[in-house]
Amino acid sequence: MADVSTLNTAAVGSDAVRPTLAPGPRGRKPKRVLSRRNIMLYGILGLAALYYLLPLYVMVVTSLKGMPEIRLGNIFSPPVEITFEPWVKAWAQACTGLNCDGLSRGFWNSVQIMVPSVIVSILVASVSGYSLANWRFKGSELFFSILIIGAFIPYQVMIYPIVIILREMGIYGTLTGLIIVHTIFGMPILTLLFRNYFASLPEELFKAARIDGAGFWQIYGRIMLPMSLPIFVVAMILQVTGIWNDFLFGVVFTRPDTYPMTVQLNNIVNSVQGVKEYNVNMAATLLTGAVPLIVYFVSGRLFVRGIAAGAVKG
Amino acid sequence: MAQSTPSARPNQLFRNLNSKIASIPMIFVALVIFLGGSIWTVVYSFTNSRLLPRTNFVGFDQYERLWASSRWIISIQNLAIYGILSLIFSLVVGFVLAALMDQKIRFENVFRTIFLYPFALSFIVTGLVWQWILNPDFGIQGIVRSLGWESFDFNPIYDADIVIYGILIAGLWQGTGLVMCLMLAGLRGIDEDIWKAARVDGIPMWRTYIFIVIPMMRPVFVTTLVIIGAGIVKLYDLVVAQTSGGPGNASEVPAKYVYDYMFQAQNLGQGFAASTMMLLTVAIIIIPWAYLEFGGRKRG
Amino acid sequence: MRIRSFAAVMAATVALPCIVQAADLEVTHWWTSGGEAAAVKELANAFNATGNKWVDGAIAGSGSTARPIMISRITGGDPMGATQFNHGRQAEELVQSGLMRDLTEVAEKGKWKEVIKPASLLDSCTYEGKIYCAPVNIHSWQWLWVSNAAFEKAGVPAPKDWNEFVAAGPKLREAGIQPLAIGSQAFQVNGLFDTLVITVGGKELYEKVYKDKDEEAAAGPEMAKVFAAAVQARELARGNNVQDWNQATNLVITGKAGGQIMGDWAQGEFQQAGQTAGKEYSCLAGLGLNEVLTTGGDAIYFPLLKDEAKAKAQEALAETIVDPKVQVAFNLKKGSVPIRSDIDMAAANDCMKKGIDIIAKGGTATSVDQLLSTDSMKQKEDLMSEFFAKASMTPEAAQERFAEIIGSAD
Repeated sequence: MADVSTLNTAAVGSDAVRPTLAPGPRGRKPKRVLSRRNIMLYGILGLAALYYLLPLYVMVVTSLKGMPEIRLGNIFSPPVEITFEPWVKAWAQACTGLNCDGLSRGFWNSVQIMVPSVIVSILVASVSGYSLANWRFKGSELFFSILIIGAFIPYQVMIYPIVIILREMGIYGTLTGLIIVHTIFGMPILTLLFRNYFASLPEELFKAARIDGAGFWQIYGRIMLPMSLPIFVVAMILQVTGIWNDFLFGVVFTRPDTYPMTVQLNNIVNSVQGVKEYNVNMAATLLTGAVPLIVYFVSGRLFVRGIAAGAVKG
Repeated sequence: MAQSTPSARPNQLFRNLNSKIASIPMIFVALVIFLGGSIWTVVYSFTNSRLLPRTNFVGFDQYERLWASSRWIISIQNLAIYGILSLIFSLVVGFVLAALMDQKIRFENVFRTIFLYPFALSFIVTGLVWQWILNPDFGIQGIVRSLGWESFDFNPIYDADIVIYGILIAGLWQGTGLVMCLMLAGLRGIDEDIWKAARVDGIPMWRTYIFIVIPMMRPVFVTTLVIIGAGIVKLYDLVVAQTSGGPGNASEVPAKYVYDYMFQAQNLGQGFAASTMMLLTVAIIIIPWAYLEFGGRKRG
Repeated sequence: MRIRSFAAVMAATVALPCIVQAADLEVTHWWTSGGEAAAVKELANAFNATGNKWVDGAIAGSGSTARPIMISRITGGDPMGATQFNHGRQAEELVQSGLMRDLTEVAEKGKWKEVIKPASLLDSCTYEGKIYCAPVNIHSWQWLWVSNAAFEKAGVPAPKDWNEFVAAGPKLREAGIQPLAIGSQAFQVNGLFDTLVITVGGKELYEKVYKDKDEEAAAGPEMAKVFAAAVQARELARGNNVQDWNQATNLVITGKAGGQIMGDWAQGEFQQAGQTAGKEYSCLAGLGLNEVLTTGGDAIYFPLLKDEAKAKAQEALAETIVDPKVQVAFNLKKGSVPIRSDIDMAAANDCMKKGIDIIAKGGTATSVDQLLSTDSMKQKEDLMSEFFAKASMTPEAAQERFAEIIGSAD
């Protein structure tokens, strides 16, 4: 993990770029492999890991069992006979109302909603954060404070005003409307992260660019953006997770033929037909969560690095 | 970096114009959506609007009814319990895990991924899974009983007295990973020299953490508090998925009261009154802090 | 002659679009359980046969999940082609604000006033003399579903009415059987309570309380009897660990529970499990005490649309819904009673026939959904779910709050 800062330093080519982020973990160096300290350390981490892994284990194991086995056995026992039937059913056969094509229906809809929403919301928030960090004007901090308070307002409360605003703008029920909604609700936290990140970049760079006569957008495009990969990764992860998992806006602001995957998930999980098909529910859950999960597994390392940059300085 | 923009030029409006143009979306969201929406909500909380907003003012009627409702009182108590415990446990667990992860351990990537992955899953999924694991018949209680400990009682889904703790367990599972990451990031931002100095002075590790490192991590704690706090106030999906507010109304929360009365009962006035109380509480806690944190002082 | 044929051509071109110009119609509903989905399929097929296309917009998780979405869509100016609501007052304000479509013409053409029975169904579709919805089916709440196997196991004869059921409670528990199955969703306890009001308390009390909103009657001694019965039900229901209504029904099907008080939609579950009324299970209408059924159910509402072709398709759907053949097919699958009495339901099972019979004889009452506003319903629901979950809450305390709700109800 000694490469924490290499990414940025490499991008700018100067060691002075990130003085606040010294490389690598802290603490004493481990001496022996089986010291008491190590047993304690890994013991605690291992126990914690168990707590975090238990639900995933239950989900995976259950999704591979047949219904008779679920009824008899306990939820923690591994499947006696592995079946992929529930996965097939969840993806392609589970019914909601008249449509029996499972989650597959919503997958592309979700992608179509997610990609533009993620891009637009991140761009808007990054520019706002940049303004707040480097180009303050009278009242900018006031607006920002209101934005942060907005982070605490439950979404449900805002549905009515937003329905009215979108109706007046004539974009209710369109993809544009949904993108705007996601941009609005992603804005507080993202702007906070971007603002903190840009504020943590060395001031000298910004000043030098100003002296060279670079303007607002030039500095943003040529200096800030290339140095900001980590925080963009963080913002992307947060937004992909949030938008992909969103049910409320997806169902209120779209139509059946463009419902996102979470609506199908809700329908599969909540349409109880006699006995709850736990295995299908679990498979559907895992399939729906797959996209953000993969994003996490792939970019988890960048996530911490980016968070470090966005949250350390305030 | 405020000082990097020269102060007091003749034309105030056009100074920094690009920045103002770039901030239009933010200003729009802050003023029209959050502030405007909130004011709109407050105004209509004084009406007897049912399914559609109407301007038929009835004074404080909605508020009187709200505070006479036992469900609302229970909702607030639950949110207080959940909020305080969730804040404490998230911070403590998150920090301890981060501190352990920061000990130059092996498999750091593996552990981090394990702690963080629940955050990728929605509250709906979280609620469903924990509802299942905590199910008294075939979840943890059932397993322990089948191992021979017949009197074992652990039923935080259907036992009204402890159901809120069942939700807490699930909420922490989903959220502490992110807190851990934030804390870890903060720890990595602390200069190595500080540790060296503390070691030279013979200060024990735990004291270094509490008296030197944590105060230095203030900005991290601020970001973390905003994220945890916003999550607590918004608590809704998890409850709906895990218990639907039950048994009875033992696990109701304010956001659910707002939603149920706005849309199920089709009594917008009542829902808006409840959301105004939530807004007011948030405002009382947040505004002074936000002013100190973001408004009043200039950063260096 | 030329003028005449010209007129004929004109007429044809004007009339033609009505037949040929088909449209896709999005229909939102929350009919997602097994029997429900099968019933919707019948309706959709019949509608597709008119040349239009049914675009299915099912939203699972009961009406409380689906209704906010539907209402937001309609008020947001992006309405669906048609949508389900329950009989009653859920769409009242949408109609008042002129967002819904007037169906009076279709209704007159189809003679709805004559064929739809009971008349209260059409009454709740009517606003200022105009008709705004097409009733689909009738559901009644007043049924006790009994598992014969459970009673056999406990060594007690299957009960003939609620009182016998209560008396058998301890025996059932001894035999390790949950006496009364009920899920934890609020609408279930609420429905159970209203069932007790009309069966134990009687139709007169029911109407005094819910129709006239008589606070005194709600606080009176007759009502106290109902609350005493509710305490018994609460005791019998102690120990339930399920949430959904059909999970509770499943306990009765498998003989793990003695019985369940649930609407007639529950028999769809018995049917799907391959059980027959009178053999594996019995159904007691009006809990065997008082054979009165409330006539709630579902109706389809049509938002006002600008698109001419869609408006025509809406008319076609409204006609399809009330069509006798569709009524038979839909209701057999759904396990509900048709909205018209002039059709042959010979294929219905015994429980359903009993229901049809009672309704035909006039043993009906208007459902609570139609009498109380959704707001009052929700307050009552909150009270009931608290009362049933909290054994320490006395019937007196509950009745006091109940009377308050009735006093302020509208």
